[in-house]
Amino acid sequence: MGAKMVDFGGWDMPVNYGSQIEEHHQVRNDVGMFDVCHMRVVDVKGADVRVFLRYLLANNVDKLTLPGKALYSTMLLENGGVIDDLIVYFMSEDWFRIVVNAGTADKDIAWMKKQAALHAPQLDVSDRPELAMIAVQGPNARAKVWEALPGSQELTEKLIPFSAVEMGTMFIARTGYTGEDGFEIMIPAKAAPFFWVTLAENGVKPIGLGARDTLRLEAGMNLYGQDMDESVNPLESGLAWTVDLTSPRDFIGKTALLANPPVNKLAGLVLLDRGVLRGHQKVHTAHGIGEITSGSFSPTLEKSIALARLPKEVAIGDTVQVEIRDKMLNAQVVKYPFARNGKGLI
Amino acid sequence: MSNPDNLKYTSSHEWVKTEADGTISIGITQHAQELLGDMVFVETPAVGRKLKAKEECTVVESVKAAADVYAPVNGEVIAVNSDLDSSPEAINEDPYAAWMFKMKPDNAADVDALLDADAYQAVVDSEAH
Repeated sequence: MGAKMVDFGGWDMPVNYGSQIEEHHQVRNDVGMFDVCHMRVVDVKGADVRVFLRYLLANNVDKLTLPGKALYSTMLLENGGVIDDLIVYFMSEDWFRIVVNAGTADKDIAWMKKQAALHAPQLDVSDRPELAMIAVQGPNARAKVWEALPGSQELTEKLIPFSAVEMGTMFIARTGYTGEDGFEIMIPAKAAPFFWVTLAENGVKPIGLGARDTLRLEAGMNLYGQDMDESVNPLESGLAWTVDLTSPRDFIGKTALLANPPVNKLAGLVLLDRGVLRGHQKVHTAHGIGEITSGSFSPTLEKSIALARLPKEVAIGDTVQVEIRDKMLNAQVVKYPFARNGKGLI
Repeated sequence: MSNPDNLKYTSSHEWVKTEADGTISIGITQHAQELLGDMVFVETPAVGRKLKAKEECTVVESVKAAADVYAPVNGEVIAVNSDLDSSPEAINEDPYAAWMFKMKPDNAADVDALLDADAYQAVVDSEAH
């Protein structure tokens, strides 16, 4: 497909097939598909899975009451550092499915198995590397999948956002990482190339990792390893909404989070001067120094945007200075997301 | 797109065009723009700045990366292409027309000593894996 390949955490991945900006607009305005085989599926099965996940994850799986419903969560170390972010699907009281990042999958699974051995030895934690994943995203994504996959419309038409359903050996989730509607589809790896080609024949264009990154950044979604990792806690990573500190339940990392109130927060930046914001650039504020965690050019806003970890006193609307090479450029602190559902929000 | 025969090249992927008056125009090659992808920002040097060969003097930024552009020879910056401020995508569309800056070289012989199109293509081929 004329793809530019790059090494991404040990995977040969397409950065872009043609113009990255065109690919970005293609997803915001129509439909595109992503090879996301770099995600990993882990099934946790056995009696009282829920009790175990209540303790393992920072978000509260008790929010999941309907089969197929999904929840975004972080999984924390005892010290509150983020091991990974993930999506957990409630399938039944003895089966929850978890999707993690492939780059961290091995340590994630080792951690889950260790915690299960300690707290829920009856459970089976199994990696499902034989499942591939294709994301189809954009306002026309669902209609295109329905055309390409006979029988899927009846099954998924009423699927509410952030939930999933099984279809034979496939697993269709109305989730994504772009800020657009669509599906993430898990499929046996052997069948994935045929499905990919069928989607392409139905007019779904392949989209590379480059556009995936600008889409998720505009949508205000964190990238593990950039916006958070084991050295920072979720409360300083814009993920407080995924951490349930109100319920009486205990979970790994809770004690540390309660003992260490955040001093920083994640905020959005829009560059006012000419240039491009990038990860690791220093941000000078009236309340101290911060750092950009993810930055790029926003094709929707046609401006440079970033997520930055800043002192918590910094307010929306403040102007801050970003150190780029030998210059100090002005940027405005904004509430993110920057764009979703085809539209700029800034 | 092949590399035009009437231009000189550097191993750091700049092209150099000698104008009738002996000044030179500098841009980046087809190969370089392909690697970088969609251009969104160009920061050119100050007119009047004296440059040494291989000195960083321009920054181009695409959606995915920032890259330095180097002076091909010793000389002085005599003009910059401010059209690129509002349309950096011109570099993707026609890299050999989208000059970034012009220089007055200290020695015309330095320009003659740069790579020709075939020698530059050999550099590109050797970088491919």
